[in-house]
Amino acid sequence: MRNPTGAHYGLRDWLFQRITAVVMAVYTVVIAVAVFCGAASSFESWRGFFACGPIKFLSFLFAVCLCYHAWIGIRDIWMDYVKPVAVRLTLHALTLLALMGYAAWCADILWRL
Amino acid sequence: MAATNSPARKARPKFLDLTAIRLPLAGFVSILHRVSGAGLFLALPALIAMFGLTVNSPESHAHAVALLKKPMIAIPLFGLAWAYLHHFCAGIRFLLLDLHIGLNKEGARKSAIAVLAVSLTLTLILALKLLGAF
Repeated sequence: MRNPTGAHYGLRDWLFQRITAVVMAVYTVVIAVAVFCGAASSFESWRGFFACGPIKFLSFLFAVCLCYHAWIGIRDIWMDYVKPVAVRLTLHALTLLALMGYAAWCADILWRL
Repeated sequence: MAATNSPARKARPKFLDLTAIRLPLAGFVSILHRVSGAGLFLALPALIAMFGLTVNSPESHAHAVALLKKPMIAIPLFGLAWAYLHHFCAGIRFLLLDLHIGLNKEGARKSAIAVLAVSLTLTLILALKLLGAF
């Protein structure tokens, strides 16, 4: 049987880790510029900033990229340090489930705005 | 595998004392990239909850601002800010290395120093900003 907790043996994860990183880096700069321009000066301006369509879209994209990126990174940590397959598989599953929940949580926060 | 136990093999010097190995700066940046990433992952629920408070209602926003003034919250948050900024800077360095930029020994060392310096400076600026220094 193929190792169920392996790295998917290819460029795909490596590439997606980098693509999601670039998306998050660009978003970080957008937020930094917005804060510099006073988006965080009051509750109304802060909420209004995230409530606007394009920023809401970008914020959700950031959350999804973050979860995908974290999945690859944390999975690599489990693969490097956790030897027993049963423990590793459990940790992989818990990580994946937690990140799926976090993505839904972020979507919930953003779509209440 | 039998060769591993032969006297000739056993006589080879082993140097795996992690406390005695001096990690090059680039290696230091690399392991901090992993540590900061793991720390950010563990703190994600707290960070999402905090973001939720800041945008939910005027009352929850005021509550979040009050929380930020508590050292018990502010100090770990500055640590996380450093983790984010280090991960950000070191990540850009790794992307450049992927593009074969700065692969030589001297360049890699210089960019490692730059990552440490820039991320610590940005953390300090952010901390001072949050403490209301300017």
